[in-house]
Amino acid sequence: MTALAVTSERRTLDVAAWARRNAWTLGLVGLLALLFAFTKLIQPNYGAFAIQGLGISIMPLAFAAVAQAIVVIAGGIDLSIGSMMAFTSVVAATLMEGQGDAFGVVVVAGVLLLGIALGAINGTLVVTTHVPDIIVTLATSFVWAGFALLVRAAPGGGASSWLMSLTAGPLFGVELLQWLAKAFVVLIVIVALVWIPLSRSRLGVSLYAVGSDQLAAFRSGVAIGRTKVMAYALAGLFGAIAGLSLTASTGIGTPVPGPYTLQSVAAVVLGGVSLAGGRGGVFGPIVGVIVLQLIQNDTTFLGIDPNYALVVQGVILVGVLILGSALESRRTN
Amino acid sequence: MTVAAVSGRTSVAAAWRATLRDRPIIPLIGLLAILVLAIDVADPGIVTPGWAGVIARAAIPLAILAGCQTLTMLTGGIDLSVASIASMAGFVTATLLHSPGGLAQGIVVVLVAAALVGLVNGIGIGVFRVHPLITTLGMSFVVLGLSNVWQLQMVQTGSGVPPVLRTVGSGTFADVIPYSLVVFVPLAAVIMIGLRRTGYGRLLYAIGDNPAAARLSGVRSWQVLIVLYVISAIMAAIAGLLISGLSNTASVSLVDSSLLPSVAAAVIGGTSIFGGRGGFGGTMVGALILTVLSALLTVLGMPEATNQVVFGAIIVVVAAAYTRVTSEA
Repeated sequence: MTALAVTSERRTLDVAAWARRNAWTLGLVGLLALLFAFTKLIQPNYGAFAIQGLGISIMPLAFAAVAQAIVVIAGGIDLSIGSMMAFTSVVAATLMEGQGDAFGVVVVAGVLLLGIALGAINGTLVVTTHVPDIIVTLATSFVWAGFALLVRAAPGGGASSWLMSLTAGPLFGVELLQWLAKAFVVLIVIVALVWIPLSRSRLGVSLYAVGSDQLAAFRSGVAIGRTKVMAYALAGLFGAIAGLSLTASTGIGTPVPGPYTLQSVAAVVLGGVSLAGGRGGVFGPIVGVIVLQLIQNDTTFLGIDPNYALVVQGVILVGVLILGSALESRRTN
Repeated sequence: MTVAAVSGRTSVAAAWRATLRDRPIIPLIGLLAILVLAIDVADPGIVTPGWAGVIARAAIPLAILAGCQTLTMLTGGIDLSVASIASMAGFVTATLLHSPGGLAQGIVVVLVAAALVGLVNGIGIGVFRVHPLITTLGMSFVVLGLSNVWQLQMVQTGSGVPPVLRTVGSGTFADVIPYSLVVFVPLAAVIMIGLRRTGYGRLLYAIGDNPAAARLSGVRSWQVLIVLYVISAIMAAIAGLLISGLSNTASVSLVDSSLLPSVAAAVIGGTSIFGGRGGFGGTMVGALILTVLSALLTVLGMPEATNQVVFGAIIVVVAAAYTRVTSEA
């Protein structure tokens, strides 16, 4: 009996510790819940269909934010994600146009490899030239965008039908489960499949170690260069997935990069990842992306000029960070 | 003899490195000369005083935007709000042209608006210590959103770029000397003298080089940073007025495509993104190099795509060269 009490006590301690560790994400989830409640209040028929739409609209940015989060955790920053998305998206759309479903699978696999290669090039350049990450990826953002334009000068192409149906609609047609939008399920499953094993592996720990203190990581025997290249390669993988989700949701490829690079930085920071590196996770940024998108939807429901959404997003971004830094300094004092 | 030859070669290499490190402007001007030569070879007879005027006219606004990046990068920061501020400035001035105050009122309004944006940037970065990248990024969303709102409000009044701005932005004296030099020369002089000869300029280097040392020497960083970001925002607004005059368009996203080139020009010019090293001289040459480079690629008939790839490659190569020589010092 005593043993049982001890274990249950330990379990509550574990929960408390887990909550403390993920305080930022939990706060963000709270904010999201409030936003959903508010949305339901102003738009009583906000339901399953709207959730499905929300899922599709956040997918590209959510994957971009995961890509950015991995690099930022490892102490870098990737300004080429938007261009990488444009490049992978046009490659996919161009190759898949008019082809069968089976070939589409090959294309998707190839594009994922392409993304990993692009990311690995970023990482290798950062490691070998010692040029700051922000400059290297700024430069490669021009290069990838140029490649995208070389593949196709104007928007077009096609997407395999299975790829498009992968994100649209609910997972099950059953009444109650309509809320479970396919897009959200796909998003969470893909991210969880890669991130959860990764964060428990040697590489995952190395990412955080390199990001929080490079010298200490080096002295503890972490291969700095290899870890950084891996971080960028993973970002390339998620960048390619983000590009594919762009193709999946629009059915075409657009060679001009969208606003995803800078928005992914915003979402990552909002999601509790420190730009100084070594802190945060990938699920916070995803919640951050949903919050940003929901704000935009709400301004439409309220009949407010949607441009104010941009203003509100900017204010929230800076405001949340000011709050965060104020709380942080209070805790350390 | 071999030994002498080897040591001779290494000393030449060392001298080169020292030049690149201490006076980056000399090799940069060399690179610029090579590019000009290349463009003359590619299209003989294109390089005339008139052509130089066209290049200068295009490079001036970029140099001012890159100046914003240079000043903020000296303190270890960056200003990503310059593009939206610049677009806002050109656009709002155009919409206010037919208001009672006319052009003068429009310019005053946008300079005050820009200063306010800079003030918020400065408070966020200096007082609340939010990362400059994020603060200025957030403010760029705010400015873009408000510009869009303004656009919807003002859509009836109609807008055209004020003739005066058009003259200053795109006019030339005797088909050679751009009028925009009237704005640029004093501005550049103030920046260069300010950085070299004033206490404020040295404080920028001090904060970027070693923030802790600067604080311990009694520097009130937050005041320096607030003033810095206000200056940066006002410079961005001036660049925006010139760009809208040069392109004869006023739109809320006109300058967006110049944001990353402005950072690139500062980096090519030898300013370190980590702070404490660099200056405006190199940045001006950097802006010229980027402008001549894109002119060269246009002459060669390269598509926009290749243009961008070369652009990216040159940033990496130049930045890697700097990193090499400065880390060996």
